[in-house]
Amino acid sequence: MYIIIVGAGKVGYHLTKLLLAQGHEVMLIEKDKNKFAAMMDELGDSIIYGDGSTMETLTEAGANRADAIVAVTGHDEDNLVICQLSRMMFFRPRTIARINNPINEETFWSLGIDATVSATKLINAIIQEQVKAHDMLIPLLTMRGGDVEIVQTYISAASQVVNKKIKDLVLPKGTLFISIFRGEEVLIPKGDTVLLEDDQVIVLVRKVHEGVLRQILIPPGGDRKQA
Amino acid sequence: MRAVILGCGKLGSRLAEKLSAAGHQIVIMDRDREALKQLGPKFKGETLAGSAFIEANIERIFEVQVDVFIAVTDKDNVNILFAQWIRNKFKVPRVIARIHDPILAGSYRELGLETVCPTNMALEAIQSMLKV
Repeated sequence: MYIIIVGAGKVGYHLTKLLLAQGHEVMLIEKDKNKFAAMMDELGDSIIYGDGSTMETLTEAGANRADAIVAVTGHDEDNLVICQLSRMMFFRPRTIARINNPINEETFWSLGIDATVSATKLINAIIQEQVKAHDMLIPLLTMRGGDVEIVQTYISAASQVVNKKIKDLVLPKGTLFISIFRGEEVLIPKGDTVLLEDDQVIVLVRKVHEGVLRQILIPPGGDRKQA
Repeated sequence: MRAVILGCGKLGSRLAEKLSAAGHQIVIMDRDREALKQLGPKFKGETLAGSAFIEANIERIFEVQVDVFIAVTDKDNVNILFAQWIRNKFKVPRVIARIHDPILAGSYRELGLETVCPTNMALEAIQSMLKV
C-alpha cells in the first residue's frame, strides 16, 4: 500500500517507521523545517517538507495514487482539512484522522472522514478501565461515520460467556469477533472457539448494538474483584 | 439579525462594531482575551474569550436562534472546521468563512460553505487598478 502520513510528531514518526518496516510505501509530510531536517537523514525519501493541508504539498506527495491518507497533526482543524481535501481532490483515498479534542468527533463523522482515532478518548477509557476493572468496552477505532466501532474488552470469570463457544452466543447482527489475545497467543476466532476467563477480545460492532454487546460480555455491575 | 462572529482580529472586530452599530445582536468570540480589546466602546454585544470558555458556552449561545455564523480567525483551517461544525450541529441557516487560500476557498464553496477569499479579492482589485 502507499500511505501518506501528515504530521511528524511522535505518532506520525513512529507510525511511519512501523509501516516502512512492514514493507509499505510511506510518505511523511512535515511543515516545521527543524523537525523535517532532524528526520531527513533517517527517513530519506520517505519524508517531505510542506503544509499537508494544501493541494500543492499533497499533490507533491503523490496523493493521487495513495491508498490511504492519515492526518495525525496536533491540530484537529488541520487534520480535518487534510482529509476533506484529499477526498475532494484525489482518487478517493481512505482517510484517517487523529482527533485531539473529543468535541470534534461528531463533526468529523458527519463530514465523511472514513475513520477517526482519539487518543484522548482512548486514554480516558483505559483510565476508566483501571478504575472499574473489567466492566467496559474500550473503543479502539470508529468507522463509517461513527456507525461501526472496533472495541476491546476482557472476559471476566463472572461473565456469562466464559467457557462458551462463540457460535452459541446470541450476538447482535453484524457483530464480529476479530481476535482473541490469550496469554502470549493471538487467536483468530472461529465459531467453535471457546471463550475463557482473562481473554482479551477485539470485536467489531455496530454502535447501536454496543449496549447489547456489553450486556452479553460483561457481568451485571461489572467485575468488582480486586486485582 | 443575530450574528455570532469567531475571531476578533482586524476584520472581526470591525465587522462586530459595524453590525452592532446598525442595531444587530452580536456575539463575538476569540480564544485570545487580548484580541477583544480591539473592540471600540460603541460595541454593545456579548464577548467570549478563551477556547475552553467558548467550548463551555457554545450551546448556550446557539440556544437562541442565530441567523448567521461568521468565522474570520487568521487561520483558514480553523474557520473551515468551525463553519462546518456550527452548521451541522446547530443548523444555522448561513455560515460564512474567510479562507485566504484560493484553492481551499473554491473547494469549500463547492461543498456549500459561503466563503470569502481576501487573496482573490485583492487580486481582482489590483488587476482592475492596473486595468489589465
